[in-house]
Amino acid sequence: MTFDKEYFNIGYLDRLSYGDTVIHRLDPRSKVIATMIFVITVISYGKYQVIPLIPFLLFPVLLMTLSDTPVMLIVKKMLVVSPFAVFIGVFNPVFDNRAVALSDTVYISAGWLSFLSILIKFALTISAALLLIATTSFPGVCNALRRLGVPSLFTSQLLFLYRYIFVLMEEAMRIVRAKDLKSFGSRGTGVKVFAGLIGVLFIRTIERASRIYNAMLSRGFDGKMKTMKKSRLGVADAAFLAAVLLMVYLFRAYDIAGFLGGIIKY
Amino acid sequence: MHMADALLSPAVGAAFGAGTLGAIAYCSKKLKENMDEKLIPLMGVLGAFIFAAQMINFTIPATGSSGHLGGGMILAIVLGPYAAFLVMASVLTVQAFFFADGGLLALGCNIWNLGAYPCFIAYPLIYKPLTRTNRSSGLLLFAALLSAVTGLQMGSFSVVVQTLLSGKSELPFNAFLLLMQPIHLGIGIVEGIITAGVIGYVRALRPELFESASSSRPLAAGISLKNVLIAFVILAAITGSALSWFASTYPDGLEWSIERVYGKTELPEQEHGIAATLKRLQEKTAFLPDYKFKKSEGGSKEKETSSPWPEVDTGTSLSGITGALIALGLIILIAIGIRTIRGSKPGTP
Repeated sequence: MTFDKEYFNIGYLDRLSYGDTVIHRLDPRSKVIATMIFVITVISYGKYQVIPLIPFLLFPVLLMTLSDTPVMLIVKKMLVVSPFAVFIGVFNPVFDNRAVALSDTVYISAGWLSFLSILIKFALTISAALLLIATTSFPGVCNALRRLGVPSLFTSQLLFLYRYIFVLMEEAMRIVRAKDLKSFGSRGTGVKVFAGLIGVLFIRTIERASRIYNAMLSRGFDGKMKTMKKSRLGVADAAFLAAVLLMVYLFRAYDIAGFLGGIIKY
Repeated sequence: MHMADALLSPAVGAAFGAGTLGAIAYCSKKLKENMDEKLIPLMGVLGAFIFAAQMINFTIPATGSSGHLGGGMILAIVLGPYAAFLVMASVLTVQAFFFADGGLLALGCNIWNLGAYPCFIAYPLIYKPLTRTNRSSGLLLFAALLSAVTGLQMGSFSVVVQTLLSGKSELPFNAFLLLMQPIHLGIGIVEGIITAGVIGYVRALRPELFESASSSRPLAAGISLKNVLIAFVILAAITGSALSWFASTYPDGLEWSIERVYGKTELPEQEHGIAATLKRLQEKTAFLPDYKFKKSEGGSKEKETSSPWPEVDTGTSLSGITGALIALGLIILIAIGIRTIRGSKPGTP
């Protein structure tokens, strides 16, 4: 059943984030900042630029290898989410069929170039986002966001949501399984049954919320979410951030690909 | 209809990111002003509820494709606009991190598109005034339908605007609009029906959840979804086959469910649909002006026609391409080097 698979997938990414490597040990804040810098730089390239984007692969590849994240996991996840960017980008070759010279004899239509650019940007930004969560636990990211100025009500909302995703998914899984056992073929897949299922899930959710609230009250909840874990920006974080900044700057300011190509030529 | 990083320009991404952050801060402030502590666990668990509910699929009548809950309207009705916006934002944030839906920079746009319109426009301006006095199930359905459709139409319009402002896509405004709005009309109608169904069901079982006690008469358990469906079928007939065609070929309805329900079997048909769309759009815009050829870095000659192999000179960008390939090779070498030095497990590819 695909439902179970999806459940497993989220859990898997979560489990990866509890690894203990150089990357995992960095302060979440430095990783959040580095990822944002990286994403913004990648996005800042013009729509026909393909070649200057290639060197940027270094960032996700380094993160992936240094953090022991399975390559296939990231690739698979990227393929699953690709529809929208690909769907919109694929129109570029249709509407933009001017030719661009790659070399003396090789021509390509500008639309394909911009489509390729979209695809590479997509791969870079999505892998950066996935790697951030694979190397940083979600609570860590929330904590980082809070300390970077996101309202605490929102970050505690994120933490709460995350904590109960697994619980409620299991709840939903039980409901769906019960429905499946009682219906055959395509019966019970319509909107009416669906609304009923969601309604049941909703009521169970509300009841759970009030139980949770009571449990929290009895443990001294005063409207604030507190975190025990302390994190500090250290030398490693400074070095990491400096390295990322330097890399991004070099790649943005200099034509690395052209330089490498030039070395070979002469 | 998750907006994607790759289609955004930094300016657009930053603008909507700032707008969304501002809205989050505003909502947090509003909620803190008269904080009901009970709301904290309720919001968190309801966010998880939306998540879980989105994993359950149903069949959309007349199209054969499957849909899932968006949830913005249900949240707004139960929690009010401020809390609902925060919950919606948190759901989208988790999706951006764990499913990489859209990406981090596009997150601002996505929260804006899917959260702000239902919570701050559709709910207070449409749903609330309509259901204030009369609480019949027909009116509930009408209000839910109208507000869900409005919210989604605005959201998808904003996707179009964001994409065009960013300038990464070549789709002309009209064609893009023509592509997005009808699909989201369909999605909105389904969302509205489900919202009404769920709210009706919950209100029948737990009327106290909808606090405003004024004239809340309990509904009969089975709200007349059959009539609704009949109306929907009629509506579908009116909007014509085009709509259902769009709804079944457009990937977004499937974006979430593609793996879950249909496996890979749906994909070929979808590609077929896209190809057909392309063709139709191409016919529509066949009068595109003759573009001048874009100059490449090497300074290529300007030519016309779309013939891909004109035999002209120049182009030093070849060295750029070889350079890129070398860079790629180097990156892979570095990765392999690190793996070998660290003696990584052979199991991981």
